[in-house]
Amino acid sequence: MSSTSNKNILNTPPTGGERGTVIKADKLTKRFGDFTAVDQISFEVNKGEIFGFLGANGAGKTTAMRMLCGLSLPTSGTGRVAGFDVYKENEKIKRNIGYMSQKFSLYEDLTVKENIRFYAGIYGKSDKFIKDKTEFILKQLHMENEADKLVKALPLGWRQKLAFSVAIFHEPQIVFLDEPTGGVDPVTRREFWSMIYQAAESGITIFVTTHYMDEAEYCSRVSIMVDGRIDALDTPSQLKKSYQAKSMDEVFLKLARKAARSESNPTKTA
Amino acid sequence: MEELAVKRTSNSPFRGLGGKQFVSFVRKEFYHILRDKRTMFILLGMPIVQIIIFGFALTNEVKNSGIAVYDQSKDAATTSLIAELAASRYFDVRQDLFSYEEIEKIFRRGKIKLAVVFPPHFKEDLQHFNKAQVQIIADASDPNVANTLTNYATAIIMDYQQRITNDRKLPYTIDTETKMLYNPELKGAYNFVPGVMAMVLLLVCTMMTAITIVKEKEMGTLEVMLVSPMKPLMIVIAKAVPYLMLSAINIASILLLSVFVLGVPVNGSLALLALESILFTLVSLSLGLLISSGAESQQTAMFISLVALFLPTIMLSGFMFPVENMPLPLRIVSNLVPAKWYYTIVKSVMIKGTGLITIWKETLILAGMMLFFLTMAIKSFKIRLA
Repeated sequence: MSSTSNKNILNTPPTGGERGTVIKADKLTKRFGDFTAVDQISFEVNKGEIFGFLGANGAGKTTAMRMLCGLSLPTSGTGRVAGFDVYKENEKIKRNIGYMSQKFSLYEDLTVKENIRFYAGIYGKSDKFIKDKTEFILKQLHMENEADKLVKALPLGWRQKLAFSVAIFHEPQIVFLDEPTGGVDPVTRREFWSMIYQAAESGITIFVTTHYMDEAEYCSRVSIMVDGRIDALDTPSQLKKSYQAKSMDEVFLKLARKAARSESNPTKTA
Repeated sequence: MEELAVKRTSNSPFRGLGGKQFVSFVRKEFYHILRDKRTMFILLGMPIVQIIIFGFALTNEVKNSGIAVYDQSKDAATTSLIAELAASRYFDVRQDLFSYEEIEKIFRRGKIKLAVVFPPHFKEDLQHFNKAQVQIIADASDPNVANTLTNYATAIIMDYQQRITNDRKLPYTIDTETKMLYNPELKGAYNFVPGVMAMVLLLVCTMMTAITIVKEKEMGTLEVMLVSPMKPLMIVIAKAVPYLMLSAINIASILLLSVFVLGVPVNGSLALLALESILFTLVSLSLGLLISSGAESQQTAMFISLVALFLPTIMLSGFMFPVENMPLPLRIVSNLVPAKWYYTIVKSVMIKGTGLITIWKETLILAGMMLFFLTMAIKSFKIRLA
């Protein structure tokens, strides 16, 4: 695809909305002893939406995400992901979500094809499905010639795009992206975001955490976590309006400054 | 109809235990193992190297030790005694000495470990007074070697005495007949092979399993698997299975080498030996899993495996140093070392040829250890997730 079409896509984030709710959190809380990592967060994410989940380090993003992925049980509150309860149905949640972290999570000593086959395999996909879809994806990524190359031979940007394709290979309802663009150059980041848009267009809901505020602008809606709470939640343009800010960066700084326990403020950490 | 089938699988208690997932995982694990030359060497080369090192180089048998003779009699009796010493496979008479001073000199040079001194008139003393003296001087800077050599020399001399007194009637004689049961030739390999088996299985199963799981933690791939529908228990089992299979290859290659190269027999049931080895492999795997759940980096995993397992295995299993000679606290601690029990089992089955009746206690202890470590490992794995 050409770079001009990328730009067009990125200027109009998918709104989702009318197609129903896929994540619903109500007063979701996680405590570790006396420490409240996530403090009664409530929000809804619509199908096909790109939901930006922002917050400084230590604000509770990862803990919240782990609860939604079925890796960690909440202390209180309710939550439903892909229509399943986060307390009782986390196995069903796991079947219906994809996950990608900053580390990309591909095996460097395996080839591109072997990585795809492995991850599709642990989701129990059939050989036929894997074969057909692998061909399709390699074509889409223009990586037909790299299919049998070891992942460690690929440039970082390619690995990242491959990792995203692998994360949505089993066609999940929601994909959780944990700082997916860390350490990647701006051009590749842009290309990566156009892949995210494509996935969202096809109906996959994107739940993404990021440190890059320009990426926050690409999201349909953004929530900003401060000290375990969600302090702001709206579309990027609405947020800029209400905080009288020119950019998401400014919005974020205004909110994060209040934080009592961010890493820049270690003395006040609970 | 199809919907029904889907529903049934998703409600089955074995969901996440699908064969497909399992096969995918095990295949991936084999790619890792086969593509890393270092791992391959540790897994398959190490056992062979260890058997060869322990079987040939590091033996505590004494063969062809250099000895010196200071013969002040030079009569028929001393000549034939010296000939007997030289004929044995333990000694190699390298030097004739002519004074006492020379003994220390040659000991200092280190090539000679034992000197045999015959006083003047050896044969006459023997014939006329029924009593003659031989002095054996050993280089005791290595006490074990000195001990072994003096024992051998004494035995040869006693043997000679037995023969020359045979025709004469002595009023009282006690014939000591010694028989080295199970290992008539006193081969060191009989001792080392069971020890090497314990060490190799520990190395392969504990250290390699711990390292490979911790590697997945470090790379973030474990996280992705935990988010997948694959059950944590299934991940753990799939991770362990390839190493269990490789251990089987190792057990087979060690046994083949032992029997055909080192000449150590398998006197007992091969099936029992195999089963006990699998049990010990499972203990080691569980330990590896336990270590991996605690360690956050590959270095830590390796360090814990080495310090917590290899040293106790070498020191306290009875393989290098007899447990019976240890002070009480160490003897108590040695009971916690799984390799000690496995070592006892292998020695009993392989060398003594005994059956389950004599080793049921050790077997139960190993089984208990496996259950304990496995429960702990799975528990801590689950805590990580909560």
